[in-house]
Amino acid sequence: MRTILYIIQKEFLQVFRNKSMLPIIFVVPIVQLIILVNAATYEMKHIRLSVVDFDLSGTSRKLVSKFQGSPFYEIRSAHFSYREAEDQMKRGNIDMILQVPAGFEKGLLKENRAKVQFVINAINGQSAGLINAYSTMILLDYNRELLIEIVNPAMLAGTRNIQTDYSYWYNPKLNYKTYMVPGILVLLVTIIGLLLSGMNIVREMEIGTIEQINVTPINKIQFITGKLMPFWIIGLFELAFGLAVGKLLFDIPLEGNLGLIFMSASVYLFVILSFGLLISTITQTQQQAMLVSFFFMVVFILMSGLFTSIESMPLWAQNLDRLNPLMYFIKIMRMVLLKGSGFADISHHFWSLVVYAVFSLSLAILRYRKVS
Amino acid sequence: MSSSSENIIIVKNLVKKFGSFVANDHLTFEVKKGEIFGFLGANGAGKTTAIKILCGLSYPTSGELSVAGFDIYSQREKVKRNIGYMSQRFSLYDDLTVFENIRFYGGIYGLRKKEIDSRSHALMQRLGFESARNKLIRDIPLGWKQKLAFSVAILHSPKIVFLDEPTGGVDPVTRRQFWDMIYETSHDGITVFVTTHYMDEAEYCDRVSIMVDGKIAALDTPDNLKLTFGAASMNDVFIKLARG
Repeated sequence: MRTILYIIQKEFLQVFRNKSMLPIIFVVPIVQLIILVNAATYEMKHIRLSVVDFDLSGTSRKLVSKFQGSPFYEIRSAHFSYREAEDQMKRGNIDMILQVPAGFEKGLLKENRAKVQFVINAINGQSAGLINAYSTMILLDYNRELLIEIVNPAMLAGTRNIQTDYSYWYNPKLNYKTYMVPGILVLLVTIIGLLLSGMNIVREMEIGTIEQINVTPINKIQFITGKLMPFWIIGLFELAFGLAVGKLLFDIPLEGNLGLIFMSASVYLFVILSFGLLISTITQTQQQAMLVSFFFMVVFILMSGLFTSIESMPLWAQNLDRLNPLMYFIKIMRMVLLKGSGFADISHHFWSLVVYAVFSLSLAILRYRKVS
Repeated sequence: MSSSSENIIIVKNLVKKFGSFVANDHLTFEVKKGEIFGFLGANGAGKTTAIKILCGLSYPTSGELSVAGFDIYSQREKVKRNIGYMSQRFSLYDDLTVFENIRFYGGIYGLRKKEIDSRSHALMQRLGFESARNKLIRDIPLGWKQKLAFSVAILHSPKIVFLDEPTGGVDPVTRRQFWDMIYETSHDGITVFVTTHYMDEAEYCDRVSIMVDGKIAALDTPDNLKLTFGAASMNDVFIKLARG
């Protein structure tokens, strides 16, 4: 046990003697939170719109003004030729064209039917879907108004009407930042943990000090534990710091039990750090370790459910994702922080992490060879 | 006491192969307790390979080995408790101070805090390092580093200390001081197993073995070797042997 303490002491001294370490620990999380949380958003604001109104009637103008009035749209231009509008789209100046054909008002009044066209830039399918949904909503809204005002005011006077009221659970204001912060925090802890631990043992191999350690009677468990603990402590601190920043800057909800968060984080960090130390024992140089860490990090992050929903992945990818420790921890973070889930709700994810931690820690200990 | 109990290192038919390359070809030798044993050979003769096997850093391909009275196969950790090792490559942490290095190595050898404090104090006094106690290793001269690395290797009072080219790149004065330290160590009853390229250093050893192409070509006291090969100095002995 004393041996482990000496290793921990030495690792801490080395980490904090490294002048770039303190900025990494304190500045990186703040910058990441501020930039990523604000930038990585699916919310559509300022949808750039071009209007091609061939009808030029009161009704069509009212429709256009509906779009104008919405906070999500920004009318960039109005054209009298569809081609002009399309040119704008090709140049990337607008996201959507609203085309109102001639005879729109007439059709409505005489035949009770009329058509408008939305042309949406769908290079990014996800945002195109959102634009479509928003626009349809505006149109439906307007439609209802028209029914009341124009078509038959008397008709609606006494009729029943189903009204939908929305209440969004767990994120009532549909604040995207609230959703992103817990995930970004996981990212943060992962990157710091994996890089610090991944570069560690291989660094001693490069300098040559590892031989001096291998010639001592120290055993593998002491060595790996001693190497792991400092980064474990730094990782937990990093999470606490990140949570505080998230609370202060973004006022993220802390619905659930913070103890539960840190309990899961402790296990999660064991997974990540063992993984890093494992990488460190199988690589020969720090560059190699860095490359291997990055490879896994990119795959883990993209499949973690941070940016895309896991449920919409193909089934094989979802099954593969069971090997992704980030996925579990991001779920736990979101569930506990946003929903206030208790241990019973997250127990499946938690125990998965425990299994993972035991597995990767044993692997790191086994893989570390004192004798070549 | 039988003669074998005085032998603190016993090596019989040690073979180490890397693929088809034979780095150590049936080495057989003994090192007596308390002696300064010189392990000589040209670059690539297999010295470092043999030393790493004796320290338990590398597996032998075959052969019987006993170090400090323990079998290298079955009692590896006991061997490690009783040896010190100073590698060819630099073995102290550049970004730690002199004292922090001593404390760390003392700590992982299981010394108590009091022992670490008293031994590091004695050590620094002996080396005249008191002023450098809190200096980073990267800021002290190479000669100091080597002396410190040696002192750290014997901090836990091992029975044997292995020195792999300890004086490489060190100035003559410091080399001389280094050998004074080796004598002191030997005087304290610690067996010294040392490799070197400097033939004048070979003269300081009690016994010398000379390796050529993975085999031991000669093993005796420096005086006897000079006599056998009709040479005036160890340098001549070495050149005669190495040239074949």
